[in-house]
Amino acid sequence: MIESYQQELPPWLAFFTFSDINVRLILAGCMLLGVSAGVLGCFAFLRKRALLGDALAHAALPGVCMAFLLSGTKNPVVILLGATVSCWIGAISIDLITKYTRVKEESALGMVLSVFFGAGILLLTYIQRTGNAAQAGLDKFLFGQASSMLDRDVWTLAIVGTLMILVVVLAYKEFKIVSFHADYATALGLPTRAIELTLSTLLVLAVAIGLQAVGVVLMAAMLVTPAAAARYWTDRLGKMLAIAGFFGALSGAIGTYISYLGPRMPTGPWMVVAVTSVFFGSLVFAPKRGILARLTLLRRIRRQTAEENVLRTLYVSGEKEHRMDAPCSTAELMQFRSMTAWTLDRTLERLMARGLVRETSQGFFALTAEGVERGARLTRIHRLWELYLTRKLEIAPDHVHDDAEEIEHIITPELEARLLATLDYPEEDPHARRIPPAAGGGVIAT
Amino acid sequence: MNHGLWIMLVGSLAAAACAMVGCFLVLRKQAMMGDAISHSVLPGIVLAFLISGSRSPLPMLIGAGSLGLLTAFLTGALERHGRLQPDASIGVTFTWLFAVGVIMVSAFAGQVDLDTDCVLYGEIAASPWDIWLIGDTSLGPRAVWILGAITVLNLAFIGLGYKQLKLTSFDPGLAAAVGINVQLWHYLLMGFVSLTTVGAFESVGAILVVAMLIVPPNTAYLLTDRLSRMIMLSVVFGVLSAIGGYWLAAQLDGSIAGAIAVVSGAFFVAAMLFSPTHGVIAGYISSRNTYTTFPEEPEAQPRA
Repeated sequence: MIESYQQELPPWLAFFTFSDINVRLILAGCMLLGVSAGVLGCFAFLRKRALLGDALAHAALPGVCMAFLLSGTKNPVVILLGATVSCWIGAISIDLITKYTRVKEESALGMVLSVFFGAGILLLTYIQRTGNAAQAGLDKFLFGQASSMLDRDVWTLAIVGTLMILVVVLAYKEFKIVSFHADYATALGLPTRAIELTLSTLLVLAVAIGLQAVGVVLMAAMLVTPAAAARYWTDRLGKMLAIAGFFGALSGAIGTYISYLGPRMPTGPWMVVAVTSVFFGSLVFAPKRGILARLTLLRRIRRQTAEENVLRTLYVSGEKEHRMDAPCSTAELMQFRSMTAWTLDRTLERLMARGLVRETSQGFFALTAEGVERGARLTRIHRLWELYLTRKLEIAPDHVHDDAEEIEHIITPELEARLLATLDYPEEDPHARRIPPAAGGGVIAT
Repeated sequence: MNHGLWIMLVGSLAAAACAMVGCFLVLRKQAMMGDAISHSVLPGIVLAFLISGSRSPLPMLIGAGSLGLLTAFLTGALERHGRLQPDASIGVTFTWLFAVGVIMVSAFAGQVDLDTDCVLYGEIAASPWDIWLIGDTSLGPRAVWILGAITVLNLAFIGLGYKQLKLTSFDPGLAAAVGINVQLWHYLLMGFVSLTTVGAFESVGAILVVAMLIVPPNTAYLLTDRLSRMIMLSVVFGVLSAIGGYWLAAQLDGSIAGAIAVVSGAFFVAAMLFSPTHGVIAGYISSRNTYTTFPEEPEAQPRA
């Protein structure tokens, strides 16, 4: 009864019953792979060696072929061992080349990647020509074939993956300090080389276990992209590791799902496309570091700056006329501030909506009582800063205006109070203009 | 001409074309851009296949060239606007485009005469049979014409832009100060790298193009301090690797492209060890000569 019900389900739904043992296996394998690659990739990313994973993944190929040539089987443990050894040799070669010659690191990466891969291809074609029947499927290590994963492959993935995560948890503090500040770690007396070696070894292992599912070429993506995506969401390492692991697992699941639906759809590349989509989503939408968030912030700052510039222009012009509510024409405002007519109109509209400015007659604007107070504060900060620069930093009075023009939008009330105190509650700026007193009785005549 | 000679000629032309532009990639510390571009031209090639329905070189060059430039732009944009570190922006971009390419190859397997193995290690062994015919006249293998044309183009590019390329590679700040458009030359170089990559792609595949692009130039980099000599030497090493690789592949009955990469790697290791100026052994000897005898320190004189 239940079985017949399940058979009627369309494939896009049937997947979620997880009744197919094969689907469960591949799903588990891909998600495990995603988690371990995502977590380990973060450290490579933070050490600015994001492409190391790419080089190591390619360098695994000759090891896979040698392991097969020597043992004659495709046992996952043997293959894993071969891949690990050959990745290791690759990693050490990169270190040796950069240490002993003047060749730059990215050249060393590229050379190890391509030469090792060439050796792997040579071995692979050699194995194919010798016609060993068991070799069928060895070339699946190039692009990976998740659908060929067996029970034992998933178990290997699970065990090695868990061990790696365990090492990361145990050595978290050491990994953290080496990733962010290796020199400091050395100064503290930590065995920096050994920690870096452990990290590289874990990376090698992550590459080796991922080969079968996504293959040599796309393994690099599973190491770089989740970490790069996670970086947009947080500034804390712990959270970054968790988010990268989650993104890795998510893309593993999406890749499996798509290749389940489309019979000709390869799992590995779809995992990569999924994780890159997550990356682009993070790039645009992540709070704080995402592009939209930064653009919004930028727009807010621009608007605020424009508003404050208009307020201050109105205040200063009122000062000149000795009448704080003296109206000022838009032409005058535009003359003082390099603003387009459109921006000025929008800014004035916003200021009027907030009751800081009123339109006295067509095209003429004046400050309200509240506007006067705001303009006074901005002018006060501006002049205080000019005074601070001339008096404390001994900058010529004719060089201080531009700097004050920028700082007047930034200074907080706390800084303002300290400036007042430091300058001993002055009454005049370097250009002999009056510094408007603070409303709360900040200026105390002494 | 027998097939072996044709294959060696195709390999040598590919190696020469790659080595010329590769020198500048190496000097600009953009070796991994070669890796990135060689992977990400794949979707461009597949698209060109689907649209033109043939393997004719012009659509392929256009498709791959535009993808190569797209990679360069995208990497730059991620760095500038996405505030991503350079290595990660390269890694994200090219793996994504390559994955899209692989998906396209599998999805249109019926329509596209390309398989994923060919993408990785090319079909140089088949190149002598792919003859370019005009009417009934055979003009020899097509690959020779394509790669020959690309070699000439690269030679012209480097010859005409030698001064600008040199200056923007060694001192971009000075180049900008004397009025050279650094960005323009960067993208021009990336354009020629894409062109070379796609030309060599069919013969040696995506990843071994990287070996041709950066291994011979790095070998030459260890042997000379002059740019002009570096370019010449890297072309020589590229050609020698192609010939040696053909021989090695014949011995093992394996992939020629793979063997070319291995031989070029062997040349690099030899240069790394034995280079008279920058080699490990020379460095060891000179450091021993320098440090075995410490200069006599003058005795500290007590102050009067």
